[in-house]
Amino acid sequence: MFVFLCQRILILIATLLLVSGAIFIVLHVIPGDPAQLILGIHATPETLHELRHRLALDLPLPVQYVKWIGELVRGDLGRSITYDIPIASLILSRLEVTVPLAILSILFAIIFSIPLGVYAARHRNRPGDYGVMVFSQIGLAVPAFWAGILFILLFAVELRWFAAGGFQPWTETPWGAFKSLLLPALSLGLIRAAVLTRLTRSSMLEVLGEDYIRTARSKGLTEKMVVYKHAFRNALIPVVTLVGLQMGELLAGAIVIENVFNLPGLGRLIFLAIGQRDLPVVQGGSLLIAFLIVVINFSVDAIYGIVDPRTRAGNGRS
Amino acid sequence: MTRPLRNVNLLLGGILVLVIVAAALLSFVYTPYDPNRMNLSGRFLPPQSSHLLGTDQYGRDILSRVMKGAVNSIIVGWVAVGIGMGFGVLLGSLAAYWRGWRDQGIMRLVDVFYGFPAVLSAILLTSILGPGIVNSMLAIGIFYIPIFARLTRGVSLSIWERDYVTSARAVGQSSRAIIWHTILPNILSPLIVQATVQFAIAILAEAALSYLGLGTQPPHASWGRMLNEAQTFMEISPWLAIFPGLAIAVAVLGFNQLGDGLRDLLDPKLTRVRR
Repeated sequence: MFVFLCQRILILIATLLLVSGAIFIVLHVIPGDPAQLILGIHATPETLHELRHRLALDLPLPVQYVKWIGELVRGDLGRSITYDIPIASLILSRLEVTVPLAILSILFAIIFSIPLGVYAARHRNRPGDYGVMVFSQIGLAVPAFWAGILFILLFAVELRWFAAGGFQPWTETPWGAFKSLLLPALSLGLIRAAVLTRLTRSSMLEVLGEDYIRTARSKGLTEKMVVYKHAFRNALIPVVTLVGLQMGELLAGAIVIENVFNLPGLGRLIFLAIGQRDLPVVQGGSLLIAFLIVVINFSVDAIYGIVDPRTRAGNGRS
Repeated sequence: MTRPLRNVNLLLGGILVLVIVAAALLSFVYTPYDPNRMNLSGRFLPPQSSHLLGTDQYGRDILSRVMKGAVNSIIVGWVAVGIGMGFGVLLGSLAAYWRGWRDQGIMRLVDVFYGFPAVLSAILLTSILGPGIVNSMLAIGIFYIPIFARLTRGVSLSIWERDYVTSARAVGQSSRAIIWHTILPNILSPLIVQATVQFAIAILAEAALSYLGLGTQPPHASWGRMLNEAQTFMEISPWLAIFPGLAIAVAVLGFNQLGDGLRDLLDPKLTRVRR
């Protein structure tokens, strides 16, 4: 167990270093001078020189990378060029939108998908099962941003139940903040619900065919007991794993959906920073998303290894 | 009951894909109107006999633009899958052939990018390389490489252990010949299935990029871009937001169904095991 966790932590550190290197290279080795890109073609040589110095662009590339990593380790992401405030606090303020949005989306997905998946498995090859599978296929095909636009059309434009976009801070009105995240979360959660429904169904079908389920039935247990007490718990393992892995995709998907609903989240911050050529914010924001994804994947991997020792035994084999 | 259902997947997917491809091909020789021609006296027309899907804020015919948008989506899908498959199969085959530290090196590098969401990466890359259809195809394709590399390596490893590969080696065939003539034909089925699924994802990714203004640039028609423009005028002309989205959903549904159908058709083992 200890060796397994140590191995995973080493892989995590190596992955984070590689990801940070990739983001750094992509943003620095591209043709053109970042300072010129930021300040535009009318910038004077003095201002260009000053910005290059401020961003440490006048240092050799490997030195810049080591310096950046050193600052990252100390929690210093640098200062935003556009907002002129520390990037760490800027990102932190945007997480109050993105994190609840991701959590709400996954909650929606779970609430819809697990009962539907279990129902479909229990009614395999019957009309109810086909209905659920059609729903999941449609859910997979509808882009989250189009779902968002349709929800705005229905719930904001036609019914006027929600605002078409924007965000009310949690400190001002918690209910307002929650309400402004509902439609975006529903849009983001739709495709996740479709994936989870399919997985829950296939996982339940697999477990329901196992010998111990047959034994449970032959003991005379009620179908409810068999399904919910014996099969459901075991079928949940892969579902929980996928829920964890989907958090990463949700964070990435938030970039588009935050733009649809005009939410001041991390995704929109990165997107606007790209337009404003605020490279330190793009760098810091993308690294944070990458970091969260890698850490979530690592945690899922590690928990899975602890819960199911068979995955540990297979580790390292080609 | 299951067997006809599988055929339904293939049939439905095939029909939907055919509709999209036919619309795209037809748009080269015929569209009801010039997709980029503005007509300021015919702005925001609702669907009617002269404009089956209505007109947009510049009076452009939505049906013609949806047809032209299909061309974009299909090109992006082909090129992105081509890049991902070309490089991914090469890397995966080499890793499976080499084994040892070179295999581990390739796969660890691939793993780093595998876990990174393609849409985020594509947004970053297109924002740096510059917006446009070529860069979005590149950006999506690059992040398909790990998917195909992992798949190719996984399937190839088991094929290298088969008796017929051992026989080919025994009769003195070179490793290159074995990879070309024995390994690749045997991994083609899972690759085709994966390619179909990735095609659908590429359509979604391109639409998302174009929605954000990083993909296809105006005045060229793109489903994602059309949705972006539609959002501003949704209150007065809701159909602007409906038809391009519907086109994306139909295309993605078609490729997903086709992938499912092909999986059943090309993988008899899976067909037997499946409940």
